[in-house]
Amino acid sequence: MAELKKTDESMDATPNVTEVETADAATEAAAVAAIDAPVDRGEPILQVRNLVKHFPLTQGILFKRQIGAVKAVDGISFDLYQGETLGIVGESGCGKSTVAKLLMLLEKATAGEVFYKGQDITKLSGRALKAVRRNIQMVFQDPYTSLNPRMTVGDIIGETFEIHPEVAPKGDRRKRVQDLLDVVGLNPEYINRYPHQFSGGQRQRIGIARGLALNPEIIICDEPVSALDVSVQAQVINLMEKLQDEFNLSYLFIAHDLSIVRHISDRVGVMYLGKMAEIGTDTQIYDHPTHPYTQALLSAVPVPDPESREGRERIILTGDVPSPANPPSGCRFRTRCWKAQDKCAEEVPLLAVPERFKASDSPAAHESACHFAEEKDVVHAA
Amino acid sequence: MTIIDETAWSPAPDGAEEDGRPLLEVRDLHVEFSTRDGIAKAVNGVNYSVNAGETLAVLGESGSGKSVTAQAIMGILDMPPGRIPRGEILFRGQDMLKMSGEERRKIRGNRIAMIFQDALSSLNPVLSVGYQLGEMFRVHQGLSKKEAKAKSIELMDRVKIPAAAARVNDYPHQFSGGMRQRIMIAMALALEPDLIIADEPTTALDVTVQAQVMDLLAELQREYHMGLILITHDLGVVADVADKIAVMYAGRIVETAPVRELYKRPAHPYTKGLLDSIPRLDQKGQELYAIKGLPPNLTRIPAGCAFNPRCPKAQDICRTDIPLLSPVTERDGGELAGRGSACHFWKETIHG
Repeated sequence: MAELKKTDESMDATPNVTEVETADAATEAAAVAAIDAPVDRGEPILQVRNLVKHFPLTQGILFKRQIGAVKAVDGISFDLYQGETLGIVGESGCGKSTVAKLLMLLEKATAGEVFYKGQDITKLSGRALKAVRRNIQMVFQDPYTSLNPRMTVGDIIGETFEIHPEVAPKGDRRKRVQDLLDVVGLNPEYINRYPHQFSGGQRQRIGIARGLALNPEIIICDEPVSALDVSVQAQVINLMEKLQDEFNLSYLFIAHDLSIVRHISDRVGVMYLGKMAEIGTDTQIYDHPTHPYTQALLSAVPVPDPESREGRERIILTGDVPSPANPPSGCRFRTRCWKAQDKCAEEVPLLAVPERFKASDSPAAHESACHFAEEKDVVHAA
Repeated sequence: MTIIDETAWSPAPDGAEEDGRPLLEVRDLHVEFSTRDGIAKAVNGVNYSVNAGETLAVLGESGSGKSVTAQAIMGILDMPPGRIPRGEILFRGQDMLKMSGEERRKIRGNRIAMIFQDALSSLNPVLSVGYQLGEMFRVHQGLSKKEAKAKSIELMDRVKIPAAAARVNDYPHQFSGGMRQRIMIAMALALEPDLIIADEPTTALDVTVQAQVMDLLAELQREYHMGLILITHDLGVVADVADKIAVMYAGRIVETAPVRELYKRPAHPYTKGLLDSIPRLDQKGQELYAIKGLPPNLTRIPAGCAFNPRCPKAQDICRTDIPLLSPVTERDGGELAGRGSACHFWKETIHG
């Protein structure tokens, strides 16, 4: 496997948040240089600020007029640090996959900024944009539909080099693809096979090899193991952890399986209806949750241990997630929350360390968007 | 290669019916499919039984034959390409495989009902849910349209769908995933069957909704004293609701046990591997244990124990002799009710 560190430009390593006018060739070159500059471990590599994505709802055929919007992502902010795994959990429809698409620039954000090493990637174009795209790659959920059935494995992985030829010279590419197959634990001789000749777990390895091909710094994983069998899930999770150490990757790991997210993540963000409800380290979220939604979510997870199930408190939420086209006023969780009061309908709770925990250095002192944040262990048997 | 007769062992009849017979008993069931690549042996001698009021969980990965067994019980296998060369499915002592189509139709839906995984594709999108629920009463009980609709509303109330009377004429797409699954449950319950087969009933649902649906199912089961066969791949869901578990691999039952026993002391290397390979919610683990390799191709099941290429304990005998599902005992020979393992080395597996 070739060198994954990019050390060609000796730019300032710390990202400084600047507006970039990409029309100007000089600033574009500067932006590319900033994007290719390495970031120290533990420094923020991706900073998301007030990211918003509204999908318009229209009526009429000839004269379309907007009658509303699906507020899929409604103002979320978080940082992703170099070398860490940030897990994003939430129920279906909470906007977690839309966040992935926004970060991949597959969707255009309605508002908000995404800073990659100080450059706002939502405003980039041309060479700088291409450099960003090379550095942020994605592994998709369904290994059956995300690989083209008419292309061989070699073509699927090698296609990335057609778009970014600077990563691997032409004569070198076949060898590179074989190296990549080896890295993800597949036989390099499989290079001429088609996706249908592989099992689900092997296909997901191909998807991971494709994600690695361009030596990215960030890999966004959208439910990478949810389509796999239990015995194969562990293999893929172990592979992803190994690759992270080997290539110094940062993962944004999106999943609905809370146990897997805890296993792989350093920090976890909990989303509900397009907003971040709570974010913190895995211990803070799983052992000391303060947001009622996180508590309900965790308590609903069945633990594969009949001995401990009696001791656990179960919070069963009533009803379904409200429509993101017409979210409740104030706190979005209030319609299903057992703590909800008048204040919750009037005031939107901000994502911040709750007042009562500010002074303490207990694990409960992490960001939580609830007016009545309160620590409660729902995972361990009482 | 020696093949050992698998009918030798049958589960202990605890809590059986008044006449001593379990509600449903599957004996030495074989199912195979003709495919272009040869004959796929999906089920290879499955034995299990369910009593009234009892929950049997059938656990297995995709391709283990858990759903095919259920389809054979329901009589909804596509035949051809499917074929049942051997076996008996006894419902209250009568072999359903020997019944005529008409007799089976009377049992299906009426006495044995099924809940499918994907409620959206299992419901007809062009008929209202009230019509689809009412069909049960119109076909099996000959009720009029009006009476059937009244019954549908009653059912929707029972599975806690809010404003049932107003929503009875709505179409499936107007309901959320959890509500659709409730409608599937209502449909299965309609004629108050003796046995319900739930095939991955919550796999497509979010955890908070999954908890609601499983609670509802457990509550209704208690109320009607029904037998329940829960088919799933989720070790967590099983731990919450099942009484006893049958673990399937490559068309065979490799281990049976009461739920607590299975998690505490697995007696088959496959079960042990599965339990070790899932991350835990309540603790941050180290590297996960991964069962190496892949589940076998059903047209080419390995000789001997089907799990032998992936098993850390495999010896020569595992590659030649198919292990029999035999009773598991304590170290001193003491009986362990309801436990069985199809492993030549179960003693080493359970007793360390």
